[in-house]
Amino acid sequence: MLHYAYLMPVLALAGFLVLVATGRRLGDPLAGWLGTTAVAGSFVVACLVLNCLLQSSSSNRTYVHNYFTWFHSGGLTVPIGIQVDPLSVTMCMFITGVSALIHLYSIGYMKGDRDYSKFFIYLNLFVFSMLVLVLADNLLLTFVGWEGVGVCSYWLIAFWFHRDSAASAGKKAFIYNRIGDAGFLLAIFLIFERTGTIQYESGPGGGIFGQLHHLGGGTATAAVLLLFLAATGKSAQIPLFNWLPDAMEGPTPVSALIHAATMVTAGVYLLCRVNHLLVLTHSGMLVIASVGGVTAFVAATIACAQQDIKKVLAFSTVSQIGYMVLAVGSGAYVAAIFLMVAHAFFKGLLFLAAGSVIHGLDDEQDLKRMGALRRTMKWTAATFTVGWLAIAGIPPLAGFWAKGDVLDNVYAHYKVLWALGLLTAVLTAYYMSRLQILAFGDDPRWDKVGPGGEPAHHAPHESPWVMRLPLVILAVAAFLGGALNLPWAHRVSLDSWLAPIFAGSLYHDGLQRSAQWALALTDVAAALIGVILAVALWRGSRVDKPALEPQFLQRVWYWDDAYDTVLGRPSRRLATFLAWVIDARVIDGAVNGTAQLVKATGTATRKLQTGYARHYALGIALGMALIIVFMLTRTWWG
Amino acid sequence: MLHVTLALVATRPAWPDILVFAASASVILIGSVGVVTARNPVHAALSLVMTLFGVAVLFIEQEADFLAAVQIIVYAGAIVVLFLFVIMFLGVDRHEDVTTEPLAGQRPLAFVLSAVTAAGVIAMAATAHWVTGAPQVVGPIQGHITDAASPAGETAQLGKQLFTTYLFAFEATAALLVIAVVGAVVLARRPPVPEHPDDERAESELSS
Amino acid sequence: MSLSGAWYLGLAAVVFTIGAIGLMVRRNVLVMFMCIELMLNAANLTFVTFARMLGDIGGQAIVFFVLVVAAAEVVVGLGIVVTNFRRRSTTVADDLNSLKG
Repeated sequence: MLHYAYLMPVLALAGFLVLVATGRRLGDPLAGWLGTTAVAGSFVVACLVLNCLLQSSSSNRTYVHNYFTWFHSGGLTVPIGIQVDPLSVTMCMFITGVSALIHLYSIGYMKGDRDYSKFFIYLNLFVFSMLVLVLADNLLLTFVGWEGVGVCSYWLIAFWFHRDSAASAGKKAFIYNRIGDAGFLLAIFLIFERTGTIQYESGPGGGIFGQLHHLGGGTATAAVLLLFLAATGKSAQIPLFNWLPDAMEGPTPVSALIHAATMVTAGVYLLCRVNHLLVLTHSGMLVIASVGGVTAFVAATIACAQQDIKKVLAFSTVSQIGYMVLAVGSGAYVAAIFLMVAHAFFKGLLFLAAGSVIHGLDDEQDLKRMGALRRTMKWTAATFTVGWLAIAGIPPLAGFWAKGDVLDNVYAHYKVLWALGLLTAVLTAYYMSRLQILAFGDDPRWDKVGPGGEPAHHAPHESPWVMRLPLVILAVAAFLGGALNLPWAHRVSLDSWLAPIFAGSLYHDGLQRSAQWALALTDVAAALIGVILAVALWRGSRVDKPALEPQFLQRVWYWDDAYDTVLGRPSRRLATFLAWVIDARVIDGAVNGTAQLVKATGTATRKLQTGYARHYALGIALGMALIIVFMLTRTWWG
Repeated sequence: MLHVTLALVATRPAWPDILVFAASASVILIGSVGVVTARNPVHAALSLVMTLFGVAVLFIEQEADFLAAVQIIVYAGAIVVLFLFVIMFLGVDRHEDVTTEPLAGQRPLAFVLSAVTAAGVIAMAATAHWVTGAPQVVGPIQGHITDAASPAGETAQLGKQLFTTYLFAFEATAALLVIAVVGAVVLARRPPVPEHPDDERAESELSS
Repeated sequence: MSLSGAWYLGLAAVVFTIGAIGLMVRRNVLVMFMCIELMLNAANLTFVTFARMLGDIGGQAIVFFVLVVAAAEVVVGLGIVVTNFRRRSTTVADDLNSLKG
């Protein structure tokens, strides 16, 4: 069965190609069903591959197959091959699974859209690229997938491109990603230069991981930090995170799939994949952990003040990925993967439910104009509640176990960052509860005229079954997902499943039982504090509370403005200078000046042509005299 | 043969040769100056004839008998006559004002440059070693008066070379002469004058 | 038996110079042409001198060709002069300056 592992990306690619050829003719909803089937097929293959791996012994679970060589160049050989091991299979499972559900959801959400089939084309291509990213057996192929998901993200964010804000958001996302990509490329160059190969484990000398002794401490730190730069771009961490809130301009299924469940986790995946490199550099790990922790906190504070339902979820995503990065930086790779999977479930669920709300309220996204949706959208409300409790960290839902795992490991390593993480957990519970109350609780506000004079909405309707089914499935997954890595289960857990990948670098927290219980209780306490705080502050009909939503937080700590002042405006001034001074005057001046010079020379030289034959005879005599003199000198002085 | 020639050149010249050279040289120089300074173009042409005669004598002095004859016949007899013919034909045998010079700086520059050239050539002639000892291209000049080995003479040798080694150039110059004649005819003819339309009509009426 | 070649060469150089000066100084086209003939003659004298000094008949052959070409040149040149005279009624070289740049 492992020989057919390539079918996972290939089925998605096949879906893409068929839709490109026939999508417009198939139309709504056949194109959607076709796309969903392709990805569902990939999911089935992933399950079969998983089954295959489970049946082999735990030390024999890495399967690398090289299909063909892409190109040779000097000493570099780049193969097209896949690496099927527990890490990549885990990623494939939740990628294809969540993607299939979101495809199903989109059939209902995008109904009536002008570019219905185009949406599924992009989505299928995205799934293909993401699978290439996680299944690649060498750095360059990973980068190809990396770029692919970046491009699809750009297309999908700017899906409604006739809206200026959407087009700008797409551009912004792509550019921020690109900055990270430069880091990725530089890291590849550095690693290749030292080890002579770009394959992870296959290839001569045992791939990169077999030649780590060639990398000195400095090189390893440099490579790790460059790869981390790429990860901050893709996974929206400080300093490259402000594209993600803008990316909410895209349709909600896009936000759910790309900006919650899959693409933004690619950075974390990359770091986990090169974990053997990470362990070589303590300073690098400290940087990674710090950035993750700080990002988690900053994003959580911003989420507390947002008024758009999707923006709250976007900043929540940034914050949760901050947790994952923090875990990676503390050496707790399994915890990071666990949180990634759980996050895919509950964040995907939250986004899809939010989409359901938006769909039901005719594209209303302002929290201040919702309210009491629990009465009219029962399924959405119920599933959203599951998601809310999961992310807040209320046991026994998945979020509690995952976040607890992360915080435990961080506690054992960096106490300061653990405190920050705990504070962030309080904030997480707070802002999610605020969201829950404003959207689903209290009394309706949607039937009144809006503050800016917008007309009242008519009663929101529940979504069709194609949208509800994914919600239910994800809710079940969010509820039960904690079972993946319960702390007391050692045989059936992500820990033991992923151990071969992280052998040698997995950080064992070494905490005693009592410490674990104490930490668990603090986590629960933090969650409850957040929830109670939100209920106390936001219960009641008055929703206009500027004191609780300071401008500083609403404006993303003025991060965008800072970038504009420091980078944007000087760049524009530089560009203006280059265009009007350098290009128009210097370069054009040089080019035109050359022409002018030639013309002037010609005009001056023209005066030699007087028209008098005797002048020309004089010229000949001059030449003659010069030649004779020259010959004389040659005769006398050789 | 070469060392014989060298010996000939290196021996002290006899007084007839010196006399001939001196006389011819003065004739040539007077003629040249006459060409350049004569106000009347006809006088200039006659001075040119004088010069050509002097050059012909020097040709004979240097054992180029055939060339001396050709010089007189072609140059003095044909070319200068052609010059005179054109001068008379155009009617420009008037005096020209040679004292004024409309172009600025022309005269001083002309003198200086030409003097430099002359000085250079004379200096080279006086100081350089002309005889290189390279093998002769087409054979030594035969037909010296006292040379009994080849009684046919220099003319025959020249003719032989013209028709063997330089045959192509010979034929080319023949073609050149034809082209020159054709060119002169084309240049000098008057453009055909269109007949008066009335004459044409009258002519046709008369004939019908 | 004759004088050494240097004398002849010197004479030829002087004649050439006189011809060159005449070409640059005189304004009558026909006289300028005659000065050109002077220069050609000086060259011929030089060639014949070298033919004697080097013992090579080739020099005389060259003179032969120079003579022929000079004749052809004079023919065509005078044809041009005649044509020009028909248009402008002048043989002053300075009046023929319409090709000035």
